[in-house]
Amino acid sequence: MVRISRRGLLTSGAAAGVLAASGLPLRAQAKRGGRLVVGLNGANTSDSWDARTHSDIFMNAAGLGTVYDALTEVAADGSLKGELATDWEASSDAKTWTFNLRQGVTFHNGKPFGADDVIESLKMHVGEGVKSAAQPIVSAISEMKKVTDHQVQFVLEQGNADFPYLLSDYHLLMYPAGQIEESIANGIGTGLYKVVSFDPGVRFVGERVDSHYKDGEAGWFDEVEFIAINDITARMNALLTGQVDVITDIDFKTESLLKANPQTSIFEVTGNQHFTFPMLTDVAPFDDVNVRRALKYAVNRQELVDKILLGHGAVGNDHPIGPANQYYFDDLEQTSYDPDQAKFYLKEAGMEGLSVDLSVSNAAFTGATDAAQLYQASAKAAGITINLVQEPADGYWSNVWLKKPWCAAYWSGRPTEDLMFSSAYETGVPWNDTHWDQPRFQELLVKGRTEFDTDKRREIYHEMQKILNEDGGAVIPMYANFVGAKTNKVAHPETIGNVYKVDNARLTERWWMA
Amino acid sequence: MNPVVKIILQRLALGLLTLFIVSIVIFTAVNMLPGDFAQAILGQGASPEAVEAIRRDLGLDQPPVTRYLQWLGDALRGDLGNSFAQANFSSFVGEGSGGARVTVAQQIAPRFANTMFLAGVTAAIAVPFAVTLGVLAALYRNSAFDKAANVATLTSISSPEFFLAYVLILFLAVLNPVLPSLSNIYADMGFGERLVKTLLPALTLTLVVTAHMMRMTRAAIINLLASPYIEMARLKGIGPMRVIVKHALPNALAPIINVIALNLAYLITGVVVVEVVFVYPGIGQLFVDSVKIRDIPVVQACCLIFAAAYILLNLTADILSIATNPRLRQPK
Repeated sequence: MVRISRRGLLTSGAAAGVLAASGLPLRAQAKRGGRLVVGLNGANTSDSWDARTHSDIFMNAAGLGTVYDALTEVAADGSLKGELATDWEASSDAKTWTFNLRQGVTFHNGKPFGADDVIESLKMHVGEGVKSAAQPIVSAISEMKKVTDHQVQFVLEQGNADFPYLLSDYHLLMYPAGQIEESIANGIGTGLYKVVSFDPGVRFVGERVDSHYKDGEAGWFDEVEFIAINDITARMNALLTGQVDVITDIDFKTESLLKANPQTSIFEVTGNQHFTFPMLTDVAPFDDVNVRRALKYAVNRQELVDKILLGHGAVGNDHPIGPANQYYFDDLEQTSYDPDQAKFYLKEAGMEGLSVDLSVSNAAFTGATDAAQLYQASAKAAGITINLVQEPADGYWSNVWLKKPWCAAYWSGRPTEDLMFSSAYETGVPWNDTHWDQPRFQELLVKGRTEFDTDKRREIYHEMQKILNEDGGAVIPMYANFVGAKTNKVAHPETIGNVYKVDNARLTERWWMA
Repeated sequence: MNPVVKIILQRLALGLLTLFIVSIVIFTAVNMLPGDFAQAILGQGASPEAVEAIRRDLGLDQPPVTRYLQWLGDALRGDLGNSFAQANFSSFVGEGSGGARVTVAQQIAPRFANTMFLAGVTAAIAVPFAVTLGVLAALYRNSAFDKAANVATLTSISSPEFFLAYVLILFLAVLNPVLPSLSNIYADMGFGERLVKTLLPALTLTLVVTAHMMRMTRAAIINLLASPYIEMARLKGIGPMRVIVKHALPNALAPIINVIALNLAYLITGVVVVEVVFVYPGIGQLFVDSVKIRDIPVVQACCLIFAAAYILLNLTADILSIATNPRLRQPK
């Protein structure tokens, strides 16, 4: 099987040439019809159509991907396009944003979509006692104004050049104004499929609406069914016995069975999801940059990718920006396993024979304990003793992460550089899991927010990645791919999205029956 | 008072006491686990303020004794409360726009119905199968058939459930695709389709429970075959099959019924693994999920159901043994 990542495809002229010569336009075979059955994990009995509570792939694929729409959409190639908004413009300080809304769109109950729906839907995320994960995005808006029925204006407290990107968030779905309660109860959105039945934590069935603004571009199935299969072996079985057409998150250990079966194939993309070992940089010995650098040189990244991810990933470079980000610094010099360099930096720090504790549990990410053991072995060659502290999986995120000086963690990544940095690397934010504070980095972070010039932003974000690579408090050894499997009955476009699982959770829109 | 009615009342009263003790034990045990609902549900996002807010909303900041007494008071009035997950979800939405809250009882009811359906299908297959096999094994004791039946059932009971499940999937769903490997039944499904989808998990459970029932049947019958009245029956010239079914089996029923009741209780309370493998939406999976997120109201309700199943089935077994034994039916 030939696997070509988006980046690989773009940078390899040969592959691009082949594609061009074959004369295959991307949607050559896409056609209407058929019933898609998907086996997904991440389902809960407490699931509902309230996007404020959405957090895992089952409801993301059903909500954002199938029944509802957001204002903007991240296309499979990573570019931003309008979904319920057609276009937008900003004032030069990136504080005032005007969005033009799509005309002639109706909700599944016939109500036309307009500016009031946008304002009411966004207001769901702020207010007394509301705990929406999208609250920081919406509370940054100081004023929402309906200009016409199909135009809204947002005034932000601080300029943010990425604002339209943030509106593609899977929490920020558009509900019908005045009927939000009913919409949450029955799943009434503007998406390509309307709800036929929904049994939380068990099953969802959607039926294609008769006419939709995406007709001809997306939404090829007549009907879609999601089955909640949280158990990984049961998911693999369901695919191998042909009871579902697509599954999320395959079991790498039995991957060979999928490969041996001519009816099934694997699809995967490298995105922003990364596994980390964050150190608290205000705690000795991690307050010494030389110790941090020594530890970065002491991990065999390729070995981790090969043995923990079984090849389904890519080596990381100690910064959280991934290939799915716009300004990913591809050419940044790769920090790789080098015991001699590690010894050199230890000597600089005056800490030869360093001995440190690393707190791990598989709650941090699948295989975290094994990864830490490999790290322990590779660091030994550099003269560093890593004592593994096995922590209970229960309460890991409350009692270990952000508390222990060095532990394991994961980040699913963020669509924009600014959002990633301001979630985990800005001074004083609650999730700053390295307690890291570097003046130049913080200065660039603020500067990048209001910069519209693409070249200047690239410069800013590249420098920030470089600073993190050299000085940052997190060892980030690997990016984990989004991997799924499908039968030959289903086909997908050449490029699939790498922001989130199964084509950015939009497979019901973009895929079709082969 | 009729002695049987007296026994029933006594046992029911004892049962209530057992339920009360079970609820205390479960409540204590779940509280002793590290982490609580707020930490479990927030995961990586568990900032101290967020944890505090959820604890306050759900009353988790109260001391355990107060919380238990509150729960007990509500439970005595027949209100099992709202699951934490649901209550937390409502508070996401803010005041007034919560829509319909689902109570624990409403949440458990459809799952419990599914579990009972699976247990029913399994029992309908396993009980006649095991008893017949036991009778035949007693009839042809020490023959090749007896040994084969013993080896086969003992092998299946000794294998882990998930292994049996995968073996059945391999033979009945992958190599010979006659049955579906996914048992995702849902509310508006016809009985026929539901039955087909439930067959594989039911067959797996049949393999698990058969050995116990079959061996008890065999042992109980063989035990009686040495009694004088059986010898008398034989001397009258009655065929061996008739001796066993007509003369030995009725007297052997009491221990057999006891074992059947135990196995039926197991079918209700112990099938989590099979549910997970076949993606069957029963109560076991709900229970495990709830323990994982420390959703105490749901865990309590599930445990009470499990305990009640054991108590009621044991009671039924005792009553049936009395009913099948004239000596116990008419005490002197």
